[in-house]
Parts: sequence; C-alpha cells; structure tokens
Amino acid sequence: MRRWLPGLLLVSPSIILIAVFVYGLLGWNFKLAMTDKHDEIAEIPGDFVGLENFTSIWSDERWGLSVRHSIVFTVVFVGGALVLGWLLAFLMEKGIRAESGFRAVYLFPMAVSFIATGVVWRWLMNSATGDHAVGLNRLFHYLGVDFLQWQWFRDGDWGMAAMAIPAVWQMSGYIMALFLAGFRGVPEELREAARVDGCGEWGVYRHVVLPMLRPVTLSALIILGHISLKVFDLVVAVSGKQIITDVPATYMWTAVYDSHDPAKGATIASYIVLSVVVFVVPYLIWDARKGKRS
Amino acid sequence: MRRRWMAAVAVSVAGLLTLSACGGGDKQESGGGQAAQKKVEVFSWWTGPGEADGLKAMRDIFAKQNPDFEFFDAAVAGGSGDQARALLSSKLQANQPPDTFQGHAGAELQGYIKSGKLESVNFLYDELKLKEVFPQQLIDQISVQGQVYSVPVNIHRSNVLWFNPSVLKDAGVDGAPKTVEEFITDLEKVKKTGKIPLSIGSQWTLVHLLESVLLGSLGTDAYNALWTAGADWSNANVTKALENFKTILSYAGTPQDDWQPAAKQVADGEAAFNIMGDWAYGYFHNPPQGGLGKESHKDFDWAASPGTDGTFMWLSDSFTLPKGAPNRDGAIAWLKVAASKEGQDAFNPLKGSIPARKDADQSLYKDYLSWSLEQWSGSKLAGSIQHGVVANDAWRTAITDAVGLFQQDKDVAKFQQALVAAAKNSGQ
Repeated sequence: MRRWLPGLLLVSPSIILIAVFVYGLLGWNFKLAMTDKHDEIAEIPGDFVGLENFTSIWSDERWGLSVRHSIVFTVVFVGGALVLGWLLAFLMEKGIRAESGFRAVYLFPMAVSFIATGVVWRWLMNSATGDHAVGLNRLFHYLGVDFLQWQWFRDGDWGMAAMAIPAVWQMSGYIMALFLAGFRGVPEELREAARVDGCGEWGVYRHVVLPMLRPVTLSALIILGHISLKVFDLVVAVSGKQIITDVPATYMWTAVYDSHDPAKGATIASYIVLSVVVFVVPYLIWDARKGKRS
Repeated sequence: MRRRWMAAVAVSVAGLLTLSACGGGDKQESGGGQAAQKKVEVFSWWTGPGEADGLKAMRDIFAKQNPDFEFFDAAVAGGSGDQARALLSSKLQANQPPDTFQGHAGAELQGYIKSGKLESVNFLYDELKLKEVFPQQLIDQISVQGQVYSVPVNIHRSNVLWFNPSVLKDAGVDGAPKTVEEFITDLEKVKKTGKIPLSIGSQWTLVHLLESVLLGSLGTDAYNALWTAGADWSNANVTKALENFKTILSYAGTPQDDWQPAAKQVADGEAAFNIMGDWAYGYFHNPPQGGLGKESHKDFDWAASPGTDGTFMWLSDSFTLPKGAPNRDGAIAWLKVAASKEGQDAFNPLKGSIPARKDADQSLYKDYLSWSLEQWSGSKLAGSIQHGVVANDAWRTAITDAVGLFQQDKDVAKFQQALVAAAKNSGQ
C-alpha cells in the first residue's frame, strides 16, 4: 500500500474545498474584473476588456480618496500597534507584579469583535465640541484641556488616523503577547555572554535582544498589515458608509450592492487581494529561505 | 496500516456527511410548513418602533382573512433598508426570491423590473379596481411601459422643514421661510444668536437636503424635468441651485450620527431648522420609548421646505410580486391586504404616513398627518432622489458620491460636473 495515500485522502476534502471556494473564487473574481459587466441586471456575461477596469479606476476621485485613507489608516494602525505592543512587552519583560493579570487585561480587547469596538468608539469619538460634547471630547472638557477636542473621524485630513485608534486599542495587546514571547525566546546565556563582554543593559538590548526580535516583528507586521488593508467592519460600525471615511472595502460594497456594478466591485476586490499579496509574499519567500537554511 | 486507512476514510465520510447535512437542513425547513399552513414570506425593513407596529396591524388583518396561510416576517433591520436591500439583491440574483418584498416605488424597482425579476400586477389592479383609488400621477410614476409592478401601501413626504418656534422667536424670525432666499436670511439671523442654524446628520441626510434645495430653487417642473431623458444638468439654473446648497450647508452644525440626533437638536432647542422626511414627526411626537414626547406647534413645528410650498415630494413603500415566488397565492393574498382600505388604515396611523388610497378614512389621520393628507390631495408631485423614486440605484449612488465629495471640497463646478456625468452614465 502506498504510504502517502491515506494522508492525502485525509486532507483531500479540505484541499478540494479550498481549491474551489478560495482559489477558484479568487480566479473567478479576477476574471470578472477583466470584463465590462458594469450592470448586474443584464444577464450577459460581459466581454473581456483586459486591464481596462484596473487603470480606469484611478481616474475615479472616490477611489483615490479611499486609497489615501487606507494608507493613513495603515501607517497609524500598524505603527501604533507595533510601538505600543512592543512597549507593553518591554515593560512586562522588565518584571512586573501580577504579570499574568496584566497580560490578560491587555490581551482581552482582541476577544472583542471590530463591530463591538466600533459601536463603543463611535460614541467615544463623537465630533460634537463645546457644551454639547460627549465621549472623549467631553472628557477633555472636564479635564480643562478643551484645545484637544477635535472632529475625530469626521476630520477631512486626519480622520482616518482617528479611525485607527480603536484598531490600535484592539490589536496592541496581541502584538504585546507576540513580542513577549520573542523576548522570552532570547536565551539568558546570550545576555550573560554580552554582559561578560562588557555590554551595558541598553547595549544588551541594542545588540542582542532586538536583532533576535526581527522575525517576530515581521510576523506582527504581516498580521497587522493584512488586517489593515481589508478593514471594513470597524469603519462601517464607526461611521457607516460615508465618503469621509471611505476605504477600498466599503467602496467595494457600494459598487456591488448600491451601484450594481459587478466588474467594478471585482476590480476593487482584486486590488485589495493584490495589496495583501504585496505584504505576504516577501514573508513567504523569507520563510522558505529560512526553512532551507535550517 | 489498515487502521490508518480506516481512520482516514472515517474522517472523510464524516466531513461529507456534515456538508450534506447542512444542505438537507434548509430544504426541510422550507418544506415543513406545508402540512399545516402554507408560509408566506414577507420581506421588509420595518423593525423600528412605529413601522413594526404598523406591519403587525396589517399582519393581524391578513391572518384573519387567510386562515390557510401563515405570515412569516422576514424583516431585516437597518435604517432606510440598506442591509435589507443588499440581502434581497443577492437572493433575487440566485432566483430565490421571498414571496413578496418591500421596495420604494419608482426607479429603485426598475432594476428588478428590467432584469425580469418581478411579475406585473396589472391583473390585481384590474380585479380590485385600484386605478380608481390611487392617484393617477402615482400610478404613472410606478409604471413601466404600461405595466404596474407594485402595490403602494403608504405615502411619505420628503420636503418638510422642521423648526423650533422658540429658537426662531429669539432670533427675530417670524414663521417659516417661504423661499430659499428667505431661508438663507433666517439662517444668518439664527447664527447671530449662537444657536446652530441648521442641523444635519450622516451623509445620506445631505442628499435628502439636496433634493429639497433643488426642488425649492428650480421649481417643480424644472426639477421633474431633470429625471427625463436628455435632461440638462449643466445649465445655469442648476448651478444657482447648487450655489444655494453650498450657502445653506455653510450654516450647518456638526454632522450627527444619523437623522435622529440631528432632529433631536431641533427638539432640544439647540438648533433652529432641520430638513427631513415626515417620519421625523413620529420621532418628535411619539411618547418616550422610541419618541421624544414633544408637543406639536409648541416644541416643534413644520412647513413645506423653502420654496416648495404646493409641491409634495413623495416616496412610497410598496410590495411586489417576484417571479418564481414559492407561494404565489399567499403573496397575492398579502398584496390584497396591502392594497385594501382596511389594511392601509390600520398600517399608516401607526407608521406615521398617509395612505396611498384616496378613499381612506380621513378621521384617523390627525395633527401632522391631517395636514399631510390635505397637501397630498391638493399639490403637484415630485419624486424623492434619496428614497428611490426618480433615480435608479446606480444614479442615486453616483449622486451620493458627488455629495460626499462636495461636503469636503465645496467645489460647485466640480460638483455639477459630477452630477452631469451621473445623469449621463445612469443608463436610466
């Protein structure tokens, strides 16, 4: 009996399902994106137009805006969660009482869905100022720092930075856990060796611990990056479908369900997939190389 | 070796069984009702206070008249039906329609009609002599090539100016402004008192505001002409209307989360004016739990939105007969209730709208509703943009996009270009 057959049989249902429902549908989506089926109603399949949809969408003002929003959101969210997660892990690593309790507290937001987070933060980030302020603006009012009040996600230029705050709140605990594992993974002997060689405590971090955190940082970057590029639920929960907080995923929703334009929706979906691929592929290459080396 | 084989087979079979079990479950559920009463799936987005009560009142009538059918409420929550319509559109695409569904009468349904998803209900209009009881203009606007595809159950008014009398008094404004120019003067007066001149909500409430400003600036005939073939969106009158829109927007307060908080600013005396459809009346007037418990003409008051007196900008909820409805007879039975005088008189006072039928019992409609009923019979008609009467989904979405972008850059010329392009690309 061949040895590989039982194993293959065991995983074949999931291979088939993934092949059909993930890669098959991805392929179908790309195919749809390259047709001129701009009307859901017409029962015609649409003609092949190549990459026309992919280029013409850039002349669409709303698309440019949603890409810009997505970039602002990604920079603030990924940067914020990495820095905050790292800082929390660093503090924990320095030895703290009741560490497991703190760990649970910081990790907990991850258990909440983006929808629930969004509903709470919509209130916290209410844009009313002055006497009518609620949420955070009200808090600033009480604290006597009224100058901090702002429009939050309704701010035309930096609104998406505000939108990233709940996401940072939600994910930084998880990043902390990743970094903490990374810190713990640095063997004590290495640190000792560095100290013996005359390294100060800062030097130990600079030359020994931080370089060893690189793989963790990369994983964190990829996890955060792909969440950020396809964010939808948080945005919809906080502000609904408004252009001022438009991101590619909400634009895709509008294109498919409101304008009934399947080809345009598929084009946006393709761009979202491609942008995630840009994040993930370098990681896979790096991972494969590392596997070969070891 | 043999044991590993067995395990593998067992797991694969278990997997297949689970899959097929999921498939089988659905069928059982939908077929199970046949033994006793046949289910009638009625799809709507009426889940809020008032509207759900109205639906229940109609449902009771339906149950009394049709002991053979069981009413199945397939309502999907969400303001103005956004979520519901997305689900509905995928159900229709997959040719699995509900027995009957709610839609805004007019252009919104045209997509479904053109793709052949709806059955004409002309036979029902003939049988029940509905053409005699619904206003001719309404029938014209919901017909496609002589065929009627829906049964309107109510009429809402979109162009209503809500205001706070005491805020106006403090600002030295006597009564509601009659024209757009007067409105702008009054907004300026209110601004000087430090109150919010005009309250607004999320992006769609601006589209709602835009339709009233367009109607008020252009006049009824020019407004209606915008929705006919070859309409001219690039002319100077439209530019002037959009300039008005820009000026009016400059008096707007901070955008609120939705229309309710914006309306509440007027009720609370924080803001002077708000332009919103007449569902706001129920919100102002209904007792706490769902409403604000305010007194009409004292805490809040209303008038036609500036420049639109004598014109009723309408929208209407209506029910349809999808092709391939699993229970066609049940759906027709429901449509008959929705079209009947009894059904409409049970539904509308609770929902806070007026009946589409001309012969309804007028004594049931009080306060705002009696004003609305009187206006409905004596006014010219114009259709709402935001609520799906004059523009199909693609066109409306393009207008919404243009308004959203305009909200940020306030560039009238660009705004008008976007509207011209929207009209051209609408395919309507």
